[in-house]
Amino acid sequence: MSIAITTQIICFSVLSLVILIGALGVVLLESIVYSAFLLGGVFMSVAGLYLLLNASFVAAAQVLVYVGAVNVLIIFAIMLVNKKEDLKPISDIKSRRIISTSICLTLLSLLIRVDLTNVWSLSNPQNSIGEESTIRIGEHLFSDYLLPFEVASVLLLMAMIGAIVLARRDVMSKDISTGLPVDQELIEKSSEPLLTNKN
Amino acid sequence: MMSLESIPLQAFLIVSSALFCIGIWGLLNSRNAVRVLMSIELMLNAVNINLMAFSSYVDNNLIQGQVFTIFVITVAAAEAAVGLAILLSLYRNRVTVDMESFNLLKW
Repeated sequence: MSIAITTQIICFSVLSLVILIGALGVVLLESIVYSAFLLGGVFMSVAGLYLLLNASFVAAAQVLVYVGAVNVLIIFAIMLVNKKEDLKPISDIKSRRIISTSICLTLLSLLIRVDLTNVWSLSNPQNSIGEESTIRIGEHLFSDYLLPFEVASVLLLMAMIGAIVLARRDVMSKDISTGLPVDQELIEKSSEPLLTNKN
Repeated sequence: MMSLESIPLQAFLIVSSALFCIGIWGLLNSRNAVRVLMSIELMLNAVNINLMAFSSYVDNNLIQGQVFTIFVITVAAAEAAVGLAILLSLYRNRVTVDMESFNLLKW
């Protein structure tokens, strides 16, 4: 990479700060809409990290798929299910929080210890293919990773059909629980949900 | 060790470890099902940062890590679509997205 080392370090620090603070915001903020938009910021910063690592194609794919598709999908889902509801308080929430936080901190310290103490066999940076990575990814995808590539296309097709099947409204002529004919209008009427808690 | 010509590999690894742990914390502690899905996306991104850092520092001639990242992004997109569809049909049946009320499989 041709950027000076100081610039790289500044970019890396800013990007990782945005990633970590944004991720904390995604997890901790009260409003789910803010979380969704912060998640978009985190995805963009991760794409910036990929650019620092000389991977322009993956950075572009990250922006297109995560920011352009996944994040928009999440915002749509929030729009569809965003109903103000008072959550029932849980009795042992405090002990749960303490246990989960300690598990996460333990895992984090373990991972950081492995990161810092292990001796990585780093390769020679002169061998780096740098900007030709897009060409190399294309060669990989059409030679030794051809089968996973084709399976991925089947997986995407299955996901698409599965999402349609799961998310559409029932198009049966009779309601299962009541036996009454279902009206097939486009606008959803308020109806009694099938599985609400009776207790 | 790497000469000080570039950012050390460990910096990327620490960022991805922290992001992964934040994702796990959110997964365990969220009440809202949409936020659980967002936490899963955070964890997948942490894994992707790890793969990209290793492919750039350890395997910078063949860059198989970048190909793996492409596949992870593909699977994450499929997972998000199916997960949100499941969430929608669950919401239609239970009229809530509270994780504590999805207890049909609890004995």
